Amino acid sequence: MSGGVDSAVAAARAVDAGHDVIGVHLALSSNPQKYRSGARGCCTIEDSHDARRAADVIGIPFYIWDMAEEFHEGVVENFIEEYAQGRTPNPCLRCNEKIKFQAVLDRAAALGYDAVATGHYAQMKIDENGVRSMYRAVDPLKDQSYVLAVLNEKQLAGAMFPLGDSHKVDVRKEAKARGLYVANKPDSHDICFIPSGNNAGWLRDRLGSESGPIVDQDGNTVGEHQGAYTYTIGQRRGLGLSVPTVDGSPRYVLKIEPKTNTVVVGAKADLAISRIVGEKPIWCGAMPEAGVDHRGFAQIRAHGAALPCSYVVTESSITATLDEPLLGLARGQGLVIYDGDRVVGSATVSDTE
Amino acid sequence: MAIYLDHAATTPMLPESAQTLISEATKVGNASSLHLFGRAARKGVEQAREAIAALAGADPTEVIFTASGTEANNLAVKGFYWKSIENDPQRNVIVVAAFEHHAILEPVQWLAEHEGADLRYIPINPDGVIDLNYLQEVVASERSHIAFIAVMHSNNEIGTLQPIAEVVEIAGDIPVHTDAVQSFGKVDFDFAALGVTSATLSSHKLGGPLGVAALLLAHGEDLTPILHGGGQERDIRSGTINAPSILAFATAATIACAASEENYLRIKKLRDSLRDQIASALPDATFNGESQRCLPGILNVTFPGTESDSLLLLLDNAGIAASTGSACSAGVQRASHVLMAIGLSEEQARSSIRFSLGVTTTQEDIDEVGRTIGAVVKSAQAAFAVGVRG
Repeated sequence: MSGGVDSAVAAARAVDAGHDVIGVHLALSSNPQKYRSGARGCCTIEDSHDARRAADVIGIPFYIWDMAEEFHEGVVENFIEEYAQGRTPNPCLRCNEKIKFQAVLDRAAALGYDAVATGHYAQMKIDENGVRSMYRAVDPLKDQSYVLAVLNEKQLAGAMFPLGDSHKVDVRKEAKARGLYVANKPDSHDICFIPSGNNAGWLRDRLGSESGPIVDQDGNTVGEHQGAYTYTIGQRRGLGLSVPTVDGSPRYVLKIEPKTNTVVVGAKADLAISRIVGEKPIWCGAMPEAGVDHRGFAQIRAHGAALPCSYVVTESSITATLDEPLLGLARGQGLVIYDGDRVVGSATVSDTE
Repeated sequence: MAIYLDHAATTPMLPESAQTLISEATKVGNASSLHLFGRAARKGVEQAREAIAALAGADPTEVIFTASGTEANNLAVKGFYWKSIENDPQRNVIVVAAFEHHAILEPVQWLAEHEGADLRYIPINPDGVIDLNYLQEVVASERSHIAFIAVMHSNNEIGTLQPIAEVVEIAGDIPVHTDAVQSFGKVDFDFAALGVTSATLSSHKLGGPLGVAALLLAHGEDLTPILHGGGQERDIRSGTINAPSILAFATAATIACAASEENYLRIKKLRDSLRDQIASALPDATFNGESQRCLPGILNVTFPGTESDSLLLLLDNAGIAASTGSACSAGVQRASHVLMAIGLSEEQARSSIRFSLGVTTTQEDIDEVGRTIGAVVKSAQAAFAVGVRG
């Protein structure tokens, strides 16, 4: 229970469904902030208080689990390391994979509990053969199946998403009707462990700000950057280029090369990619047949569009070929494949063409 | 029926004390007013002061009522320090036992960070008793710089009694404060006989209401107040006198002290029974701070290969209330500084919990814990084994 409205209603629904429920708030920072600032942060003392009060109203025991060390090692350090390698990671995927549905689920199982229920918006369906699959949520604006696509079959078997069949607006109404005073609490966005919201500054503090060249595709230096990893593929603003293009057209970040500390820029058209290769695949159910073409949809951002594609899988990769080219995709992002609304699996983007 | 084994955190109010509180709460009259209502309230407060003073071996004028043990400790710590450096800026060394309660450690650390205090921590021997040799050395080498010494009368997490009379002897003319909130009403405590300069007593640890405590401050001693106002308590503590709670405190203290010997024997027997049952169910459990002289009701146990928050959750599920030393403001269990002070590793400290027994504890309670503890520890060990930390 984060202290937000979704996990509070999810807990209440789990109780209504007849389960024996306890509320757990994860302390993810060893030095929690006292208050929420805007929509950021999910580790404040105020949030743990809100979660506790929600548990009181629902009538379930409430505990705080200290996962600060696991979170730091599994999510924060990985985030920094990925950036240092010139990739752009999504820490929410990582947190679901390593913390909420691994460290928490494993501990819960050992303590005698069957599942971890969260306030994520996604649907779980079990077919007549007992095969469990994850589907997009009913509310397209809140669908969070993308950030859950890192869960393997075993993790899904220990996961419950009681809100998947609901729209957010109705969840808020329900929270109010249940007397949960977090009903109108704003949604959280951004990266919870960077409360300032200044990701570039946060990374600079940790990775240093070694300046280096910004070059065009011909290798001409057109500017200087303050730490290559603070840029992201497709970024246009804030490049501070000293040499304009001949026709005055804008330039975009095409590539980040951490080894040479170089940022490569070019025209918008050069961002276009139509082939995405992902490594370390995770299957949210059975692995699709290898080596043959499948039709489906690729999604590369948490609230991005479902892009029609063909894809081929192996034990160690997913390769998606998009019907329409896409502008700008950073390595390190999550590639999630859907079969209609069903989540097939995910992989980490390792290459694009 | 849930089993309450967290009496060191707070213990149920004695029915007689609750009755006093209820009947006094509806009476009117500020104890500082001169009219008959005020006089009546004041009379009750002074009778309560005399009763508590007599029970604690102090003179009534030495009793300063406060709103909490934390306030009394802050008053002593900051008061002695400020007075000391006002007289002599070089007298800025504070000597405290390393395993003091946070209500002592936090104010002395605050003084170090903001007011130039220099801290000396007295190490704790593995049996849970302060290292008197260290104290002797530090006093011998820094006598003229020491503002005061603070050593708790008994430790709240492991229950060990401290050699306060020896501390006072070593200290000589250096003020000595002792936090006696866990001792008063449970074991012998005599302010005059100990010869300390000040001591903290608390109501809710002995069956009185929350929100009232006392600082005993020796005759002739003066302290810089932390609350300024009407100067109601000896011009050292301001705030309208909390007459109903003070009277209820006195009621509880009177009963607790009268029954302390009988309670001691009964609770100690229950505690030893719990210890034996745990030891036989879990041979690798170890018991912390078992010195010769202890509070009767505290049993601090390390269960190897567990984490305390899992243990507490599982016990809670089984209807058994225990605790660890302290949690941070967000509610995260911390590794106990007390256990680390007596030589446990952080991992051992994190796998330890405290059972604290009180006057309402029964043999049935203890037997139920004895029957449950094996399964609880087994589950907690399984949870620990899957953790990243494991």
